[in-house]
Amino acid sequence: MAELITYRDAVARGLAQEMRRDPSVFFIGEDVAAAGGVFKATKGLLEEFGPDRVRDTPISEEAILGAAMGAAMTGLKPVAEIMFSDFLATCWDLVAVEIPKTRYMTDGQVTMPLVIRTANGGGLRFGAQHSQAVENWAMAIPGLKVVAPSNPRDVIGLLAAAIRDPDPVMFFEQKSLYPSKGEVPDGEIVDELGVATTVRSGTDVTIVALASMVPRAVAAAEELDEIGISAEVIDLRSLVPLDTATVIESVKRTSRLVTVEENPRLVGWGAEIVSIVAEECFWHLDGPLTRVTTPHIPLPSADALEDEFLPSVERIVEAAQKVVQ
Amino acid sequence: MSVTEIAEPTEDTSPEEQVWLGLYRQIFRIRSFEERAYRLFMEGLVKGTSHLSLGQEAIAAGFGEAMREDDYTFATYRGHAHTLARGTPMAGVMGELLGRANGVCGGKGGSMHLTSVEHGAMGSYAIIGAHLPIANGAAWSAQVRGTGQVTVCFFGDGTTNIGAFHEALNLAKVWNLPVVFVCENNLYMEYTPIGDVTAVEHPAADRASAYGLESIIVDGNDPDAVCEVATTAIERARDGGGPSLIEAKTYRHGGHSRADPGQYRPDEEVAEWLSRDPVPTYRERLLSRGVAEDVLTGIEVEAAADVDAATEAAKAAPPPAIEAAYTNLWADGGASWRN
Repeated sequence: MAELITYRDAVARGLAQEMRRDPSVFFIGEDVAAAGGVFKATKGLLEEFGPDRVRDTPISEEAILGAAMGAAMTGLKPVAEIMFSDFLATCWDLVAVEIPKTRYMTDGQVTMPLVIRTANGGGLRFGAQHSQAVENWAMAIPGLKVVAPSNPRDVIGLLAAAIRDPDPVMFFEQKSLYPSKGEVPDGEIVDELGVATTVRSGTDVTIVALASMVPRAVAAAEELDEIGISAEVIDLRSLVPLDTATVIESVKRTSRLVTVEENPRLVGWGAEIVSIVAEECFWHLDGPLTRVTTPHIPLPSADALEDEFLPSVERIVEAAQKVVQ
Repeated sequence: MSVTEIAEPTEDTSPEEQVWLGLYRQIFRIRSFEERAYRLFMEGLVKGTSHLSLGQEAIAAGFGEAMREDDYTFATYRGHAHTLARGTPMAGVMGELLGRANGVCGGKGGSMHLTSVEHGAMGSYAIIGAHLPIANGAAWSAQVRGTGQVTVCFFGDGTTNIGAFHEALNLAKVWNLPVVFVCENNLYMEYTPIGDVTAVEHPAADRASAYGLESIIVDGNDPDAVCEVATTAIERARDGGGPSLIEAKTYRHGGHSRADPGQYRPDEEVAEWLSRDPVPTYRERLLSRGVAEDVLTGIEVEAAADVDAATEAAKAAPPPAIEAAYTNLWADGGASWRN
């Protein structure tokens, strides 16, 4: 059996699945308990698990991640919410300097089984300080695992995998996807980190996407089909660990690559994929490696401007057509 | 016969005297270790930087004596003293300073990141303020696990002006966490007098009321006073009474780090604090309380021998294997990011 649920409800279901299974999982953040989250993605958790395990915090991002880190070092498996991924900048010391390095610096004396959930990306007209896609920031830090699901089923499966993982995981939920719906099977869902999904098979070009760019890449592939171009779409699902094998195997067959990301142009994750493919399957290529990104500007808020900013289906189609020609 | 046995108190030593001797042993061991670390730095054997606790030994010692074996310590980059005070073997600490394979962190941490989890030394953190929120996390964990463990978090006066200090104190109070925050006020924020850059006279104690906490100041050069205030705060935390913030007044004998000769400090100020050096003053106090001098000498001989042995062990240890650079990033022991 399966049911149709939203990406938003999948977050609460994934957390509840793991909290029922493991009493050492705790969940903290701003407005997450009584209010059920500003995106209502954690509704019902306080009622089921009580105020000891589902805790509201002050607006103190360093205190939130510090609490998660110290607890992870001493036997708990905390999940901490940073309401908007833009706010990671206020606690970047914890994200980039403390949490990912402490296991290594102590030569393995501590483990850091924690998850940082955060609402990431644009599309909701929130403007430049509540809309950034910053998964590439996290990808740049050795010691962080980086996950970004594209659909409700993967939200549950990847969140479960992140919570069960003994290392720190940054879990980027794309906020424009919260109302989107998808089929989710009954029962426990647990995935493996570092396994990409081939969402659609094709033979002419490989399109690699993540989170909200996956449905757009699929829509682009359907349009390409109508003009006689067969596109394969890969949903990376996690940036660290990175499933390079799936990407390389696909590009060796299609001989062409387009990456689609929400990051600004400079040093977005697509650049890393392009670099790996250039180094490792250069002699299989029949077209230029191409990135579709946002322009290198802060994200504007007006409908017309934000729509221009985010990679559109049309831009993906154009990029694919160009590399196939 | 090992040197350790020389210094053991005899059967008729009173419990009170055992505490005094424990404190003296700690401050003398830390002093001896730090003097050796300084010498090895000057000889080029300790690389990078080092921040010594010379003059500030009584704080780490007083708390170390008051803590239970399974309590947690969080320290700063000036953390040799606090790591040793939890019973971490000197050889491992010295090896870490020298970048050797026998170091407590296998040579991956260095002077500023000493950690020995098995002794409750949960890390030395080199970003000002970072570890106060992390200490809260360990305290929260102990609270929900119901273990009765208390977390003690040491930091300098400069930390009281960074945001993480305020976020951590607020959350600790709101969640009633079993944590004791200890500000070692050595009067200088790196090279700058703390009074020149702080809105209040007592950088920690004057902020306590903002978080619903009692204002507590202790003479950080007096091991007995520190141990007493530590015992009270730790027991209160253990009994569910919540957090404390303690400001311990003290003084660095040297500069901020090895790059700093500390010449910005007035001569009279230095002279006055040197006259209150915790090691000789506590020795005098114990003698005046009737402690036999040969017992103290035994402690001193033992400490000197331990420092010599630790130095020899560290010098004899090999550098870390090159392969170690690629281990222990992840819990699976490796550092791989792709398939």
